[in-house]
Amino acid sequence: MEEGESCSARRELTALVVDDQEVLRRIHGRLLKDVGVSHVEAARNGKEAIDIHRGGQSFDLILMDLDMPVMNGIQATRGLRAMGVRSKIAGVSARNEGEGVKEFQEAGLDLLFPKPLTTLHLSSLVTQIKPL
Amino acid sequence: MESVVRLQRQLVDYTASLFQEGYLDEQFIQLRQLQDESNPQFAVEVVSLFFEEAERLLDELAKGLSQENTDFKRLDAQVHQLKGSSSSIGAQRVGRICIAFRNYCEMQNVEGCLNSLQQVRQEYSSVKSKLETLFKMERQLSAAGGSVSSP
Repeated sequence: MEEGESCSARRELTALVVDDQEVLRRIHGRLLKDVGVSHVEAARNGKEAIDIHRGGQSFDLILMDLDMPVMNGIQATRGLRAMGVRSKIAGVSARNEGEGVKEFQEAGLDLLFPKPLTTLHLSSLVTQIKPL
Repeated sequence: MESVVRLQRQLVDYTASLFQEGYLDEQFIQLRQLQDESNPQFAVEVVSLFFEEAERLLDELAKGLSQENTDFKRLDAQVHQLKGSSSSIGAQRVGRICIAFRNYCEMQNVEGCLNSLQQVRQEYSSVKSKLETLFKMERQLSAAGGSVSSP
């Protein structure tokens, strides 16, 4: 039996919300808790997200906004993947197709959601995630 | 008891009118559904945050448009933010004008931007007033012993 399989308690999911707007951080954080993510942290831009990971933290899921000051979602996603971060990264963007969205996906996203996010978007996503 | 029924009726009718007139959309319903016993004031708190952010952005947009060399890229980023937060709380009309506003930014059309700013200020002011009335009605209902249920 592999290590971990003998443990009957399932570890609860963790998530990081990366968005420069507080309104969105609050709503997305609450949406995540509503679909069963027990621990949610927040970062105000891509640089903070990278610093949090450099500090040793890791998350099952990262919700990454595209347009942010200091470091945007494309740069942050590339940076996290280059660091070896294997978390599920879901991009969140209000931009239309063709406005840099392809570049965002190619930076290393697992999937992309339009803004505004809904419970429906997140509940199906969360069922797919196995804790790291 | 009669006043609770009356207040509940007024709240239901007022809320319905805001949806019918296009001030709010289903995102507002989702916001209300995120309230529970552990977060009873969630919608009010988030909407208050939206008011603060929107007012800051509207001031910055006005400043940006009053400058001799308008930085349209910066303006566009600010309108994009306003669209994002207004859409997230369900302020539909504000979000719609932001789309037109962004088009004028892209065309670098100062007059179009100024008109859009005026319109977005008006729509923001309207939805703010309506939401404040809605939350006041909810407080009155709670104070009278009634319960506020999601539409």
